[in-house]
Amino acid sequence: MAYTLTPAEPEQFDAQSTHGDSDNLWTLNFGPQHPATHTTLRIVLELDGERIVKCLPHIGYLHSGFEKLGENLNYNQYVTIVDRMDYSAPIYNELAWHGAAEKLMGIELTPRCKVLRTIAGELGRIQSHLLCIAAAGLDLGALTAFLYGFNEREVIYDIVEYMSGQRFHTSWTRVGGLNMDLPDEEVFVRMVKRFINEQLPRGIEDIEKLLNRNRIFVDRTKGIGIISREDAIAWSLSGPMARASGVARDIRKDEPYLCFADNWDNQGSPAVNFKVPIMTTGDVYARYLVRLEEVRQSIHIIRQLIDNIPGGAVNVSPEGKAVLPPKSQVYGSIEGLIQHFEIIMTNRGFIPPRGEVYNCIETANGELGYYIVSDGGNVPWRARTRPCIYINYQVFPKLVEGHMVSDVVAILGSVNVIAAELDR
Amino acid sequence: MKSTDVIEIAEPRMTLGDQFFLPQVLVGLGTTMKHMLRVWTGTDRVIQYPEERREDIPVVEGGMHRRSYRGVHRLNRDEEGRVKCVACFMCATACPAHCIHIEADESPWEDREKYPAKFDIDELRCIYCGMCEEACPVDAIELTSLYDIVGLTRQEMVFDKSKLLRVYDETQEVEPI
Ligand code: SF4
Ligand code: SF4
Repeated sequence: MAYTLTPAEPEQFDAQSTHGDSDNLWTLNFGPQHPATHTTLRIVLELDGERIVKCLPHIGYLHSGFEKLGENLNYNQYVTIVDRMDYSAPIYNELAWHGAAEKLMGIELTPRCKVLRTIAGELGRIQSHLLCIAAAGLDLGALTAFLYGFNEREVIYDIVEYMSGQRFHTSWTRVGGLNMDLPDEEVFVRMVKRFINEQLPRGIEDIEKLLNRNRIFVDRTKGIGIISREDAIAWSLSGPMARASGVARDIRKDEPYLCFADNWDNQGSPAVNFKVPIMTTGDVYARYLVRLEEVRQSIHIIRQLIDNIPGGAVNVSPEGKAVLPPKSQVYGSIEGLIQHFEIIMTNRGFIPPRGEVYNCIETANGELGYYIVSDGGNVPWRARTRPCIYINYQVFPKLVEGHMVSDVVAILGSVNVIAAELDR
Repeated sequence: MKSTDVIEIAEPRMTLGDQFFLPQVLVGLGTTMKHMLRVWTGTDRVIQYPEERREDIPVVEGGMHRRSYRGVHRLNRDEEGRVKCVACFMCATACPAHCIHIEADESPWEDREKYPAKFDIDELRCIYCGMCEEACPVDAIELTSLYDIVGLTRQEMVFDKSKLLRVYDETQEVEPI
């Protein structure tokens, strides 16, 4: 049976509640400023003793008009904004956005760019999962696991800084390529290899040792916040939330993109090989374990790619009038200079075809998509986000009802709510 | 998706020892102790900022790569020490944060027509995306590896032309154009 939540006004939380003995119910405001909400979000809980009778999430405390900005910034500039949506790992927001922009303009990336983007995307997935796994411990009082998780995240920041120039909000992708090629491929390969072969496995092992079979952690997470397979599909959950409930869906397999598709380099290379972990219990513990396994699969994917990064250009050819020509041409030739001006000037810029396009990728939290409506101008007419966290978060009231107040943080952590993406 | 692409993970089996709290607590304690030892043996990853800085550490050990890092801007000078910028407004156009303000004027020099009489970058508004550097057709604006800048007022953080040229003078040795 589908679950419906009647939209309630705040006044409804006054004394005349519909739930039985209303005299004994009381209301608790959880957030907007609470360390366990991770970000700025408010949840109004109606409690019977310590048990939650009703939960009403309020969103909008971090609303910053990102989607509207997308209508005012051009296809390259908007990447700085999408970075700030799901900031647990900014890179895959960029991959999704520029994936959509390139689909609209019909640009086929170079093999080198595809490989680099895939590696970065998987690093992003590890980055986000480390946050979620580590914070799962933190929310339940196990601070140490959190520190180990962040130790490893720090290395990802270093790698990302090396390839993009900034530690966090990378603004790394551009239409048809990247903002720069690797400064030195050998150094990059060494950094990534050191990370995935030595540092990360040890960090993961430490977290596992602390949490996986720790009775306190297991008791706090097992059987909490269960969502069944049918409900997960009905609520269109995606990512680890869905897979922990037994829904075998992963965009990387179902609608492959970048190096997840066969023949990605036009020379018959097979798609990268990995497995999609699923569980059937659908509780907080299952989501934790699925995420942990996905980190391992990501390591496996990076291992296959890191040794054979194809050579060649990282940007598509400037002939297509979508990427800036190389600086040597701009400084040295009049054609290069003209083309450079053409792309940047506001009355010229990109010339995408009119039309609509939707492109989605599998991020650490699920299906993140962008729906672009183009009127042929330099900026999108509409740049709609299909936000995975927002859609996963809808099911939150259903998950917490009937549980204790202290379980709210455990469930919230397992949904991995990032309010900036929630509100956009 | 093919069924061979899916692996179903089983919950870890709790042994009898795990059913009691103590053994797992000890395992956890062992893990944390191991990390504590690393501090004494110097194999931890702590950097004693500001005595140690990431600029001085090799990149593979987690150091900073000066060339690619995107920090505070600078305005480059040409061989004669004049500002290189030709006030073409490309950087201001490309900037997604609208934080570059230029006032162009007729240049006092023979070899070009325009130069920036005023050139202000609001470093508080800037998001350090590097699009201005990409947009510049004459290599006049660049992002340096400086990141620890402070100011007591907001006005101080609006870098004007002389300040941006000073950043160039200070950083040109470690980061040539
Ligand atoms: S780095 Fe980006 S935000 Fe800052 S001035 Fe340059 S273009 Fe503008
Ligand atoms: S793009 Fe370069 S030359 Fe043009 S105004 Fe900016 S700094 Fe000056």
